[in-house]
Amino acid sequence: MSLLSIRNLRVEYTTARGTVAAIPEFSLDIAQGESFGLVGESGCGKSTLIMAIMGYMGRNGRVAGGEILFEGRDLARASAEEWRKIRGGRIAIVYQEPATALNPSMTIGQQLMEVPIAHGGASTAEARTRAERVLADVHLPDPDSVMRRYPHQLSGGQKQRVVIAMALLANPSLLLLDEPTTGLDVTVEAAVLDLLNELREKYGTALFYISHNLGVIAQVCDRIGVMYAGKLVEDAPAAALFATPRHPYTRGLLGSLPRPGADKHTHPLVSIPGVVPSAGRAPESCGFLTRCALAQPGVCDAAPVPMEAVSGGHLVRCARWAEVEAPAATPASATVAPIAQERAEIVMRADEVSRMFPVGKRRLLANDRLSFVAKRGHVLAIVGESGSGKSTFAKVLAGLDAATSGRLDVLGDDVAGKPVRKRTAAKVAAVQMVFQNPDGTLNPSHPVGWPLARALRKFGIARERKDVDARVAALLDMVRLPASLRHALPRQLSGGQKQRIAIARAFAGNPELLVADEPVSALDVSVQAAVINLLLRIQAEHGTTLVFISHDLGLVRYLADEVVVMYLGQVMESGPVAALFDPPYHPYTEALLSAVPVPDPSLRTTRIRLEGEIPSPLNVPPGCRFATRCPRKLGAVCDDTPPPARDAGNDHVIHCHIPLERLRQSEPVFRHAS
Amino acid sequence: MSAPTATESAGRATPSLWRRLPSSPVAMVGLGIVLFWIVLALAAPLLPLAAPNAQDYMAMGHPGSSARHWLGVDPLGRDLLSRIIWGGRTVLAVAPLAVIVAYTVGCAMGLLAGYYRGWVDAAISRAADVILSFPVVVLYVILIANIGPSALNIVVAVVLASAPGIARIVRGLVLSLMHQEFVAAAYLRRESDVFVMLVELLPNCRGPLITDFCLRLGYTTITIGTLGFLGLGLPPPNPDWGGMVKQATSMITVFPHMSLYPTLALVSLILGFNLLADGITELSQAD
Repeated sequence: MSLLSIRNLRVEYTTARGTVAAIPEFSLDIAQGESFGLVGESGCGKSTLIMAIMGYMGRNGRVAGGEILFEGRDLARASAEEWRKIRGGRIAIVYQEPATALNPSMTIGQQLMEVPIAHGGASTAEARTRAERVLADVHLPDPDSVMRRYPHQLSGGQKQRVVIAMALLANPSLLLLDEPTTGLDVTVEAAVLDLLNELREKYGTALFYISHNLGVIAQVCDRIGVMYAGKLVEDAPAAALFATPRHPYTRGLLGSLPRPGADKHTHPLVSIPGVVPSAGRAPESCGFLTRCALAQPGVCDAAPVPMEAVSGGHLVRCARWAEVEAPAATPASATVAPIAQERAEIVMRADEVSRMFPVGKRRLLANDRLSFVAKRGHVLAIVGESGSGKSTFAKVLAGLDAATSGRLDVLGDDVAGKPVRKRTAAKVAAVQMVFQNPDGTLNPSHPVGWPLARALRKFGIARERKDVDARVAALLDMVRLPASLRHALPRQLSGGQKQRIAIARAFAGNPELLVADEPVSALDVSVQAAVINLLLRIQAEHGTTLVFISHDLGLVRYLADEVVVMYLGQVMESGPVAALFDPPYHPYTEALLSAVPVPDPSLRTTRIRLEGEIPSPLNVPPGCRFATRCPRKLGAVCDDTPPPARDAGNDHVIHCHIPLERLRQSEPVFRHAS
Repeated sequence: MSAPTATESAGRATPSLWRRLPSSPVAMVGLGIVLFWIVLALAAPLLPLAAPNAQDYMAMGHPGSSARHWLGVDPLGRDLLSRIIWGGRTVLAVAPLAVIVAYTVGCAMGLLAGYYRGWVDAAISRAADVILSFPVVVLYVILIANIGPSALNIVVAVVLASAPGIARIVRGLVLSLMHQEFVAAAYLRRESDVFVMLVELLPNCRGPLITDFCLRLGYTTITIGTLGFLGLGLPPPNPDWGGMVKQATSMITVFPHMSLYPTLALVSLILGFNLLADGITELSQAD
């Protein structure tokens, strides 16, 4: 018997515009101890489903039909008294943001002990023992001291471990996880995913994992469901879903992800055209109809498409699944021509660039003697976890901040100590930036064409009104937006559209160097692919040098020509992208690579997990910055002496005490299981 | 939402606040009351009213309402209806003028403090704290008693008392807006400080400021009434709602209408401003 059985669930919301079926019809079974992953873009109804299962529908939502059978009880009709026993007892949930899941005014111990006392009627002493035991289970060192701490005294990863511990305390049979690792650093994420796999075996808890990240789902789940417009469109064992996806939407999602080993020259990303229809606006027959390249009139729009079995355990809701069976070959769209390998001109040269912030009497070195170059027309990616100083460097380069020492040559002039106000107009136009947050990048008070027109005037590209208008239209066309959009206000645009405007704005002054600070990390995967394709196309057409700041190594592998890996304000390794993703590795790069959630269960990755926390930037180790967490630490020399720069040839430089010969002997992180 | 992601679906356009005003009954009632007084004040010279300072000695014996004097007369035999309507003219001219000037000063202070931080912020914020630490009425009494009662001095007093509060609101908004990336984008266009403050930052303070503006009009109306009642309003014989109440307080048990009608006028106008502010808050929160 299945643990959770959702039968023909229909969830409706009452809005000012009438009743909207956020979930028109949804069926799903999860067995005891199973690990099920649900993916889909935002707006597909994943969160609504979780809310329905947990009975948090709000005043305007209701279950309008069907049933949610959990351990034989229908949750859709449970009384408040029953819910008290179920929530936190039989079903527990872990949300995305661990900081808001914990009460800031209570110690971790108090919050954990509440669970067995409320759900198991345990005594205080019993509750304490159980809380300490579960904290040890989630691998928090020194549970006794963690119990006495307040949430703000823990890091994000530690807080999420506490939340998971709290969820497991009552021994629930079902654990709902709503994007539990989004917002965590990639190494922390990998450790949390490992933990979930381990706990699942130990506690026998069924997992219902919701994520927009197929890579993460692939690490944790046996079975994966793909949700679109409130319906399950594909349901398959994890391996089958990645090997032979049947639904065009599933294929679209997989196509918008950079695969391991693929790059922009060989496997361009393919985005899904169009947008997720708003709740209740999807076609009745097949929700994906309007965005599907394979849709056929008369077949796809006739009647509601039923879920059909492809093979044992693999279900798909597509009228043409049998005809479109073969996995699509790599489409040859948006291919970026490989860059000529001859020595390109150096556009930016950082030489011992440092940015120091005085903090009281101490010094915080956000950037510590950075040295690397960016070549004309190339994509230089700077990767690192939060706190690595990559965004600080982006600001220094763009002139939003100034370096405190060192030399930063951009197009022949030293701009290290010069913020925009001290740079010439031509230099400012030549170095532009695209920011991370689509919601903050445009001024909500001005129409989206305004910053474009303003930039054109300020940089002297166009002065006459007619000229400016024509240029604005050309810029919008360049980012594939209709010219009519220039009069729209930012709030009328989607996140992807806002980032397109931001790209157009950056290109208004014909920049030589574009700094992009995590430009797609806040976007959905399919939108991410479209924006990346667009950015790379414009960059290649204009011969612009792109400095791409990212924490996503999969994306970096895909788009970069050269990579710089940063940790705690210093460069650990730098070199051409191909060299970086194969041995010899810097131990930190190796750990970062092995933490990447790969959307391919057939790929085996070396498992290296970093211990401990990133040291405070105010109190950095005197030797190698990475020594405190390095799994390959040699000994005292790493703690005391800054590592030498080892040249591995072909501009590949590794800052490590370990001799190159030994670094060369490590196995590649990604290997095919065959 | 499950993901911290922005969807590609285009959002629905929200019409401007003023066009949505009719959908809030509270705001419409407030607006109606305010418009009623504005129309009366504008039309005062055209209405068949007795002159506000003309004394009708015949009516003084029976100061209650009559066919000649609908609302009766005051202790000096002056027509109450006429004085209330003409008094409305001063309130409706002085209150918005004072608030607009206070806004100009307060916005400038707040923008400078929030934008430049450091010693500019320290100087402006401490000066504001000093002014805000005075009880408002005491501040008014000290000011007006020193510079003398007149319409201009009322404006000066209101500006001095209100600007620090406005500056605080604007400073807070500017501090949070400064972290937004569109400000960095403006620097990357080499925009000047003044441009960033006035064109990039100030328009985004609009929402909270519109509500505060309406509320402040109400407070200022109260202030003008209070000053009049304390004898610090417009000098006689100008019709002044607060002054009219004060003049009639000694007869409140005998002829309550003399203080009641000007009070009702004050209360209704203040209520109008406050309801309008409530309605606007409600509308902006529905966004």
